[in-house]
Amino acid sequence: MSEHVIDDDTIDNIEILAKLSLTDEERLQAKADLSEMLSYIDRLNELDTQGVEPMSHVFKVSNVFREDVVTNGDGSADTLSNAPARKDGMYQVPRTFEE
Amino acid sequence: MPYEQYETVIGLETHVELATKTKLFCGCSTEFGGKPNSHTCPVCTGMPGSLPVLNRQALKYAIAVGLATHCEITRHSKFDRKNYFYPDNPQNYQISQLYLPICRNGWVEISTPSGKKKIGIHEIHMEEDAGKLIHDEWTDSSLVDYNRSGVPLIEIVSEPDMRSGEEVTAYLEKLRLILSYLGASDCKLEEGSMRADVNISVRPAGSSLFGTRCEMKNINSFKAIERCIRGEAERQIERIEEDKKEVVQETRRWDDNKESSKAMRSKEDAKDYRYFPDPDLVPIDVSDELLAEIKEEQPEFQEEKAVRYKEEYGLPDGDIRVLTSDKRLAEIFEETAKLSGLPKKASNWLIVETQQLMKEKNEEPKDLHFSPEHLAVLIKMADENKVSSGAARQIFNAVYENDCDPEAYAKEKGLLIVHDEGALRAAAEKAIDSNPKAAADYRAGKEKAIGALVGFVMKELHGKADPGQAGQLLAGLLKN
Repeated sequence: MSEHVIDDDTIDNIEILAKLSLTDEERLQAKADLSEMLSYIDRLNELDTQGVEPMSHVFKVSNVFREDVVTNGDGSADTLSNAPARKDGMYQVPRTFEE
Repeated sequence: MPYEQYETVIGLETHVELATKTKLFCGCSTEFGGKPNSHTCPVCTGMPGSLPVLNRQALKYAIAVGLATHCEITRHSKFDRKNYFYPDNPQNYQISQLYLPICRNGWVEISTPSGKKKIGIHEIHMEEDAGKLIHDEWTDSSLVDYNRSGVPLIEIVSEPDMRSGEEVTAYLEKLRLILSYLGASDCKLEEGSMRADVNISVRPAGSSLFGTRCEMKNINSFKAIERCIRGEAERQIERIEEDKKEVVQETRRWDDNKESSKAMRSKEDAKDYRYFPDPDLVPIDVSDELLAEIKEEQPEFQEEKAVRYKEEYGLPDGDIRVLTSDKRLAEIFEETAKLSGLPKKASNWLIVETQQLMKEKNEEPKDLHFSPEHLAVLIKMADENKVSSGAARQIFNAVYENDCDPEAYAKEKGLLIVHDEGALRAAAEKAIDSNPKAAADYRAGKEKAIGALVGFVMKELHGKADPGQAGQLLAGLLKN
C-alpha cells in the first residue's frame, strides 16, 4: 500500500473546515496521524466491492415515521440552559457578518 | 459584441417552507412568531444523543409536489448531512438530501406574452430550515432564535431553462399556484416561506454552451428578482465586454436598495460540505400504497379547472383566470354555482364585489369566511327581483362581513321589494296626481316621461319597488 503524504495545503483546508488552529507541533502530528488513518482505510481496497450497494445503515430498517402532531411544549428554558451567553431569551453569539 | 446579442441563462433554487404543524424530525410546533426558542427541543437544537424521526406529512407533501411537477419519485431515498459551522445551525450540519433526492426530472409549463414554455425541474429534495439570527446593535453581537430550526423545507431546483426576469416570475407564480392548490405551503415570498436563489450566466445568443454562473442570494420579492436579473446580467456583460475579463464563479449578495450586488467572502462560502448519509435516519422506501394514497389526494389543479370551467359553465377566459388563481376562491365559486344554478352570476359576485371588498379590507381569498349557501341565496333573491341591485350589494357587504342570512337581513333592514299590488297601485296613482306634467307628456306620446313617474314611485316606496313592475302599472293607469 502506498504511503499517503498529507501536505500543508490539506492541513490548512482541514483547519478552516474544522475551525481549528494548530501549532506547528500539532500540525506535524496531525499529518502523521491522518496519513496512518488513510493507509488503514486503504485496506478496504483489498476487497472486491464490484456491484455491492454502499451501506449507510447497519440495520435493515426503513420507513420510520412520526405523525404530524405537536408533542413538545415550550422548551426554551432547557434549550437556553446550554447557552454560554444569552440575551432577550436568545443565544448570544459573536456578531455574524452580513455586509 | 453588442449587449443585445447576449442572452441571459437563469436557473432557480427555490426553498419552500412546508405547511406541516410540526418540524421535520421532532414534535415541536412550526407556528410562526412564538416566543424566541419556545419551539425547540434536544432534536432541533442538535443535542448529542437526540434522535430525529421523519414527519410523514412532510414526506407526503414533498412527493405530492413532485407528482404535480411531473417528477419521477425516487422510490429508495435517504437523508444526508451537509456539514458547516454557523450559529444559525446548532447541529453543525444541516440534514438534507444530496445523493437520492425524493423527486427528480420533472417540469412545469409557464405562460408569458411570448407563449408557453416548459421549465425543467432537476430535482426536489427535503431539508431542514435554520435558526434566525438577529443583529443586536446595542452589544454588537448576534442573537439566535432556533424556532425555525428544523422546520421542513423542500428545495426545488430548476434546470437553467429561463431566459428573462419575466420567465422567472412566471415560473415562481406557477410553483406558488401548485403549492397553494396542494396546501403544501402558504408560499409567501415576502415572509420567507418561499425564497429563491438565482443562478445567472450570460452567453452569446444562440450558443449552446453555458457561461460561468453567479449565484445571487438575498432576493425577497418578485420585483427584486427582476431587478436582480437585469442588474447581474449587465454586470457580467460589462465585465466581458469592457474589462475584457472572465466572469468568476461566486456567490453574490443582492442589495435591492442599491440595486447592485457584492461578492460574499469566499471563506464563508467554502463549498466543501463533506456530505455523508445521516446514520440517525433510516432510508425511505416509497411504497406503492403510499404513492397511491398521495395520488388519490391530489387536487384538481388550475389548468384542469380552467378547461372544465370553460366546458361546464361557459365562462369567459378573464373570469376563469381570476376564479382559478386561488383554490379557495374556486371552491367558493363551484359551490355557489351549484347551489344557485347561476354560474355566471356567481362568478360576477366573486370577481367584482368580492375582489373589491378584499382589496378594501386588505384580505386574501383564504380570509373569506362567508358561506356559498348565503351567497347563492342572495344571487337568487336578486335574480327573482326580490331586491334591487343596490340593495343586493348592501346585503352582500353584510354577508361578506358576518356570513349573515341574506333573507333575514333584507327583511330586518326593509330591503325587500314590495310586490304588494295595492301599495304599488296607491303609489302609482299618487305619482300621476303629483306629476300632472309628466303624466300629460306621456299621454301625448313622450314615452321617456314615464321615467320621472317611476322615480316617484321608487322614492315613495323607499326603493323597495321593482322598477319594471312599477313602469308597467303606470303605463296601464295612464292609458285609461
